[in-house]
Amino acid sequence: MFEVSIQQQDFDVAVLQRELLGDDQSVGALASFVGLVREGSGEDQISCMELEHYSGMTERSIATIVEDARRRWHLQAVRVVHRVGALKPGEQIVYVGVTGLHRGEAFMACEFIMDYLKTRAPFWKKEHREGGASWVDARDSDFDAAARWQQQGLASPK
Amino acid sequence: MIHILFFARLREQLGCSNLDLDWSEELASVKALRAQLQSHSPEWAQALGADNIVVAVNQQQVDVEHAIAAGDEVAFFPPVTGG
Repeated sequence: MFEVSIQQQDFDVAVLQRELLGDDQSVGALASFVGLVREGSGEDQISCMELEHYSGMTERSIATIVEDARRRWHLQAVRVVHRVGALKPGEQIVYVGVTGLHRGEAFMACEFIMDYLKTRAPFWKKEHREGGASWVDARDSDFDAAARWQQQGLASPK
Repeated sequence: MIHILFFARLREQLGCSNLDLDWSEELASVKALRAQLQSHSPEWAQALGADNIVVAVNQQQVDVEHAIAAGDEVAFFPPVTGG
């Protein structure tokens, strides 16, 4: 299973994990990541996080990232779910689940997919606060994280 | 026809989410199309002139020299912030 979903509704990690594993008993490792809406700090707390996306390109770009991951590591299955629309602090935004024969490739592929998703997939966050709304600025650290994978030695080729 | 899309902060700055332009040889590259859009108003010139604007043609990220053909979908947007 290599599947990408963009949806408004929440997801159940236990259900996604069961679907990811299926009845494949060759799997020795499952690594997953869940991203959540942070409330922010101090008095400047977020009341709502709005997520916009470019329908079509978003699905294609994540599918490309998953294909890149499969070229780098031997993976049994990958599942990505990303929510869009209006989310409250504490809500789940994104799920990435990866299965492989061993933990090393599952851990690395999961992080690789998240790092590239954050810098390549066309989503945009807008934070709503008491004082008004503002678009989130892209962070250099996210681009640095994705660039690490282009350096030799960090990823073991398949 | 060229189908043009704008997203997120850029969409709000322009007050426009999409528009169609007739394709011509003068609009046959991303750079040329962007210049044409920037000539619309000082606000459009500034918003579309930002260094970090990303361009996608037919849902693939491209650079400014990329060619545009009739029927293409061209999207302009700020750096992405999902995940």
